[in-house]
Amino acid sequence: MPTKIEKDAVSGRDTTGHEWDGIKELNTPLPKWWLYVFYATIAFAAVWVVLYPALPIRGATGLTGWTARGAIQQEMAERAQQQAPVLARLREATPQQIVADPEMRAYALAGGRVAFANNCAGCHGAGGQGAPGGFPTLADDDWIWGGKLDDIKTTILHGIRNTEDDAARSSIMPRFLADGLLKSAQVNDVAEHVLSLSGRAKDAAAAQRGAALFAENCVACHGETGRGNREMGAPNLADQVWLYGGDKASIVHSISYARAGVMPAWGARLDPAVVNMLTVYVHALGGGEAE
Amino acid sequence: MPEGGHAARLAAEIGTLRQDSYVEGPIKALAIATMFWGIVGFLVGVVVASQLAFPLLNLDLEWTTFGRLRPVHTSAVIFAFGGNALLCTSLYVVQRTCRARLFGGDEMGWFLFAGYQFFIVMAALGYVLGVTQGKEYAEPEWYVDLWLTVVWVTYLVAFGGTIIKREEPHIYVANWFFLAFILTVAMLHIGNNISLPLSLGHVKSYVAASGVQDAMIQWWYGHNAVGFFLTAGFLGIMYYFIPKQAERPVYSYRLSIVHFWSLIFLYIWAGPHHLHYTALPDWAQTLGMVFSIMLWMPSWGGMINGLMTLSGAWDKLRTDPGLRFSVAAVGFYAMATFEGPVMSIKAVNSLSHYTDWTIGHVHSGALGWNGFITFGALYWLVPRLWGKTELYSKKLADWHFWIATLGIVLYITAMWVSGIMQGLMWRSYDELGFLQYSFVETVAAMHPYYVIRMLGGVLYLTGAILMAYNLWRTVRDEPAKQPAVTAALPAAAE
Repeated sequence: MPTKIEKDAVSGRDTTGHEWDGIKELNTPLPKWWLYVFYATIAFAAVWVVLYPALPIRGATGLTGWTARGAIQQEMAERAQQQAPVLARLREATPQQIVADPEMRAYALAGGRVAFANNCAGCHGAGGQGAPGGFPTLADDDWIWGGKLDDIKTTILHGIRNTEDDAARSSIMPRFLADGLLKSAQVNDVAEHVLSLSGRAKDAAAAQRGAALFAENCVACHGETGRGNREMGAPNLADQVWLYGGDKASIVHSISYARAGVMPAWGARLDPAVVNMLTVYVHALGGGEAE
Repeated sequence: MPEGGHAARLAAEIGTLRQDSYVEGPIKALAIATMFWGIVGFLVGVVVASQLAFPLLNLDLEWTTFGRLRPVHTSAVIFAFGGNALLCTSLYVVQRTCRARLFGGDEMGWFLFAGYQFFIVMAALGYVLGVTQGKEYAEPEWYVDLWLTVVWVTYLVAFGGTIIKREEPHIYVANWFFLAFILTVAMLHIGNNISLPLSLGHVKSYVAASGVQDAMIQWWYGHNAVGFFLTAGFLGIMYYFIPKQAERPVYSYRLSIVHFWSLIFLYIWAGPHHLHYTALPDWAQTLGMVFSIMLWMPSWGGMINGLMTLSGAWDKLRTDPGLRFSVAAVGFYAMATFEGPVMSIKAVNSLSHYTDWTIGHVHSGALGWNGFITFGALYWLVPRLWGKTELYSKKLADWHFWIATLGIVLYITAMWVSGIMQGLMWRSYDELGFLQYSFVETVAAMHPYYVIRMLGGVLYLTGAILMAYNLWRTVRDEPAKQPAVTAALPAAAE
């Protein structure tokens, strides 16, 4: 057991006399600053466990009385208190009154933006730009169920074709091909006619044949000129705005199998003040219609 | 003369314990596996970082989505790269510092090598196919866990057996850290994976604990995987390779004892800081925080011993790229082990928790500390294992160092900025008392930093590829150490 303490020339320290595969160790004492900072962290810990909850006993707190639940409740209460007076007014007011009052309107636009981002943007896009596949743009003036303040509020409150709210907006388009109401060739003709409404028909003869079928099957909801009917939630077919795609294949699919988008009823989930703020916010996105 | 007799006896003893009596084949294989899995892990890291910046790269295939590839990345880096590095170095170090052949010999070494690679492949296959326990860093299902337990207990027997039959009177400090790592990881692995399979023919199992108890056990495991796998184990690497590279004695024996025991004692209690502001009871969160703060100096004890061991040998940094990696690793270690206690303070944590700051923190540890200390050890070890005089190219290793360092800097600064921004956006209210940002707005704001992070990862990967090439050329082309060279040394050296 060779134990040989040497003096290290560089540091002037003794070695411990051990050696492993050529590695030796110096007998340097603990650095003072290291030791004192270590003690300081221990002292900090000792103080901290007195001030804050540190015992596994239900209800035990430290001297400060702080608890995580208490802290979050207090913070939420402070926010609620800060907003309470304005929210109370927003809750009672009609959307029209909110729009007319500059203070409430500014508040509704700020709160509506956040509520929209957290609840609506998932389908309708961060700026209300919509998304392909049945999520309408809310920033234009092409409305399916109406673009006045009350129309928008009704849609938000009750939603569309959901099962949770009896007052949900509802309409059902027949599945013309799937339910045997039209034959495949007839669907093609109707589609050509629909394309002709926005000046895009390729086959004039088919469009001609389709006009008669359209008059028989479609005008009840979409109107004689195909301009739609907001009472029925029947979209305008004579413009360039398409919810499920405006190419011929998409139109053929819509006629054959129908479309029926669903929106939840937000009245059951959101504070009435938030519904009002959302109404004003969506109305202000760009396409809101005057009373 | 008694002196002469002693020296002769010693020489005879050394003669019987020649270099070739140590187990080396499996250690060479583990070194290759370290490099291989490192590149795999870094590559998958670049892929998942790219997916975060450009979600299109999920490819709409279930096997290549972020959710399945992320555990491939974390496991490849921690367990495959880090684990092979630890096996490789610990088995090398324990034999030399004990002057004893590995307990169980070559067969033991080869079983550990093959058994561990099998564990890695089985785990990764499971992740890609969607087989997971859903516990972070403990994703493998029960059958893989059982196999790892067998391998790990064998590792403990091999390592502990070698220490028991050592020829040195004392156990070297590196071996304390390695042993603490092996023992504790065994305990953590078993404790965190107690679960009941649906049936023996089924891959799915359910964990025994549930709710907040399960969360606490999970982070007792998760935090100490960091503490014992990535800290204690890699400190073992540092304690052998830095004195070897610097050719200097370890700075302070006393510090190594005090910081070892304080680190081991304190680390195991700090896990609850991963569950700040959750359903975990307040008292446990408080304890997790104060133990984390007390951990600061015990962690820095290793930093002091690493850096101060260089006093008298700082000039070697200019000429030895391997040492440069090791020293930079200690620097990153110091930074990460200061940042950790800071982030455990509840007020700081309320900002940093769930943000990219955490990702930046673990990567300054993983890329800077674990990666660099491993690179440093391999640059030293590979020429010696294969009996070569020199590294193929020091210049290439220099390039590796600077490219990888730049990569880390890009990575961690991007994540700091992104994480703090994210945390501030989440909590900011406007003057009317509404939250100012929606979640998706914070995601959009992080995009540029995700791109920078991805570039950082590309640089780090590039460096590792240079290293693999350099080591391969070293093994293939460098001249072998000539016995004549040793013979030419002054006879007095013997």
